[in-house]
Amino acid sequence: MTEVNYGNSPSADELRSMSPEEAMIAGAEVDGVHIVHRRERFPVRGSKAEKRAERAVAACFAIAGLAGVGFIVAFIAVPFHWHLPGTPQDFKYFTPAVGGTLALMLLFFGVGLVLWAKWLMPEEEVVQDRHDDPSKVEDQMMTEATLAVGLEDTGIRRRSVLLLSVLGAGGALATVPLVYLVGSLLKRPGTTLFHTMFQRNTKLFPQSKGMVPIVYSDWRQVSPDDLLPGGLATVFPGVRQPSEGYDGVHNASSPTLLIRLRPGQVVHPRKGQADFGWPKQNPQYIAFSKICTHAGCPASLYEQQTGRLLCPCHQSQFDVLSDAKPVFGPATRSLPKLPLEVLTGKDGRLYFYARSDYHEPIGPGFWERP
Amino acid sequence: MTTTSPVTNPPRRTQPRTPAGKMGKFVDDRLNVAGPLRKQLNKVFPDHWSFMMGEIALYSFIVLLLTGTFLTFFFDPSQTEVVYNGRYVPMQGIEMSRAYASTLDISFDVRGGLVIRQIHHWAALMFVAAMMIHMFRVFFTGAFRKPREFNWLIGLGLLALGIVEGFAGYSLPDDLLSGTGLRIADAIMLSIPVVGTWVSFLVFGGTFPGHIFLDRLYIAHVLLIPGIILALISAHLALVVRQKHSQFPGNGRTEHQVSGERVYPIYAAKAGGFFFIVFAALAALGAFAQINPIWLFGPYQPSQVSSGSQPDWYMMFLDGSTRLFPSWEIRLWGHTLPPLFWPTVVLPGILGAMAALYPFIEARMTRDYQHHNLLQRPRDVPVRTSLGLMAITFYVVLFLSGGNDIIAHVFDISLNAMTWGGRIALLILPPIAYAATYRICLGLQRHDREVLEHGIETGIIKVLPTGEYIEVHQPLGPTDDHGHGLLEYSGTPVPKRMNQLGVMSPVKLIRGFFYPVTEKPELQAAIDEADAAETSQRQHQLTE
Repeated sequence: MTEVNYGNSPSADELRSMSPEEAMIAGAEVDGVHIVHRRERFPVRGSKAEKRAERAVAACFAIAGLAGVGFIVAFIAVPFHWHLPGTPQDFKYFTPAVGGTLALMLLFFGVGLVLWAKWLMPEEEVVQDRHDDPSKVEDQMMTEATLAVGLEDTGIRRRSVLLLSVLGAGGALATVPLVYLVGSLLKRPGTTLFHTMFQRNTKLFPQSKGMVPIVYSDWRQVSPDDLLPGGLATVFPGVRQPSEGYDGVHNASSPTLLIRLRPGQVVHPRKGQADFGWPKQNPQYIAFSKICTHAGCPASLYEQQTGRLLCPCHQSQFDVLSDAKPVFGPATRSLPKLPLEVLTGKDGRLYFYARSDYHEPIGPGFWERP
Repeated sequence: MTTTSPVTNPPRRTQPRTPAGKMGKFVDDRLNVAGPLRKQLNKVFPDHWSFMMGEIALYSFIVLLLTGTFLTFFFDPSQTEVVYNGRYVPMQGIEMSRAYASTLDISFDVRGGLVIRQIHHWAALMFVAAMMIHMFRVFFTGAFRKPREFNWLIGLGLLALGIVEGFAGYSLPDDLLSGTGLRIADAIMLSIPVVGTWVSFLVFGGTFPGHIFLDRLYIAHVLLIPGIILALISAHLALVVRQKHSQFPGNGRTEHQVSGERVYPIYAAKAGGFFFIVFAALAALGAFAQINPIWLFGPYQPSQVSSGSQPDWYMMFLDGSTRLFPSWEIRLWGHTLPPLFWPTVVLPGILGAMAALYPFIEARMTRDYQHHNLLQRPRDVPVRTSLGLMAITFYVVLFLSGGNDIIAHVFDISLNAMTWGGRIALLILPPIAYAATYRICLGLQRHDREVLEHGIETGIIKVLPTGEYIEVHQPLGPTDDHGHGLLEYSGTPVPKRMNQLGVMSPVKLIRGFFYPVTEKPELQAAIDEADAAETSQRQHQLTE
């Protein structure tokens, strides 16, 4: 900072002969601060108005103190354990009581401080000089010279080999931490995004030729009888090997909507997906990925009258009867369709299986997706 | 100690005798700070209500640090699945992450935890809101002009970081709402061309949601981002101290001075008091206004979502842009550029870049490269004001579209009509806002000139001997032969009503709120005398 001296600082002897206020004003002048106007709020001491102002400010602080005491009492004494509805709901007073007393304490302390400044401290009008011009030309020149000579002293302009090598080293020093951090965090996406847990798995499910059973979130297998016409259920791949990282119900890419059509509703399938439903001819059950192809929210609001599926996040709408083609909103791709198969279980009931994985990546689009 | 003779000893100051004086000497002997300290104590800050917006942002951030530190004592960001066994009965026995369970604990098992959690959340909302309003103030009054462009850029960085920090914070509890938000964030990362999938896998440590992400988000939320915000706030304030605060023109103020009150003691008391008032407002919100009741949302499940899922307010404009953007997808050479990329990556990038470049563009267009310490009234710079209103209109349409499902539901409007209405409004309303603001600015300017020239309308109608009716105008200053005012417009508010004249009187003659305070006669006489002296001194100064 450039030091600018305003007038001459008074000598120590002069200061000793001054009143504290005069010395303060002299100091301000030295700092380029001019006290243009300064006046006691109550030039005549001991007036009623002054006492009244003082009492009001003191009352603010007193209320703040009392609110603090109230806070401590409320914090200790007001019950706060949550109880089921139907039992005494006394705990619901805890948060307002504790927070309210806290707010009161803070408010009156703050108001007290502000009123103290506004009512009791002297009113003043002070002007301070600004110094935001650029530095003096002399300063600029000398600094420039200092920088230039310093650079010359290093000899870096003449020694080009040194310059090149130090630039190279600097580049390495800057790059290594970046490589270190990014490299350790990086994971190869590979083909992960192209598969879900509905992928055939002959090791886990030999009796169904590797076809993955379809289950509810409580791992019960899904049977065609479970759904009424027009009904739908959120279903998952029945892969449950948590030790190997397989958990079909909690996996984020596997939630699937199983829909039973109303009688008379006819699906107009996309090319090559005509036999994905069940039964293969004239399907009554169809299943789509629940993950919206726009931003990955679960598209879960189904209007069975019109066969429209709505994603509540950004209002993409899919026409289930046209194989979940997007008909409104920002989504661009149909929800992927899961090929269904039905096999007879050991108990003689029919159960749904995924004939294969989805034929396209589920969820939001990405660069590698064709 | 004063017995030593000044003749035989070098001159020295008298030894301090009070404890405070001794303390001061102890410090100054070691640090040599008397001069610089006095300079800071004497520093002058101007006063205007609009300057408090930045203060609110600063104080909200301090409240965030205080309440956030409290929350770290109880919060555990782990994604490990546990079975909830706390006091909130409806959730007992449900599988959830440690993060969600510990947030429930803060809300139900930690005494007073819920209040602090709610204050923390409200403070975050207030922090971003105050920064944005503060930015409006700086923009519309031209406070960003030379020499303050650096602080404009730092402020923009703070706003962006504040939004990111807020999003990170409300994503931590791992409830259904925040998990849905993170899933969308993952989709946004995936939408970036070429590197999108790599970015997503880097951030989440594999496919969404992974097992490590909340731990990373947590350390970013409590250490990394607040550290950067703190550093930027320090730089922001250091620049305000270095360059001194800008101020509105008026009353003999010039570009080369700043007038107001000194830091010590008046400004410090006022600002310190204001901190507690802001804290009190946030505490009251935390006490009485429920915010983010995560126990009603349930733990995050990728297969679940609830309708009416709105993010915190500062993310709403991105939600809105995502809803409004048409389903335009680019497919080229076996690659996909998803529609999500434009409204969530490109749009905020463009908005941020335009805001960052604005001071330099304006200087270029107006060829104004001068230093400016005096602020402008928005009406005096109609182009800038209209551009600002245009941007705000654009933002508000996006913001409202972020809740267009709620609006459609409450007012029974078709959701599709809301989307189309938003798309059309986004293109049509900003230019209308520009044109309307421009006309309003010119109208206000003309009225200012009109009053300066012809005076204030007194409401007194006079009949001239000729039978002509005229309204009597009160000139604001000296007039020429035709009765036209000679005062020039100087960028300050022009009084428009008779009541606004004469308020500059320095002496408050009547005290008391409900009834005037009556003093004892001898005191009253002394007070009258002091007031008279004050008034005459003032008048003397004015006539000089």
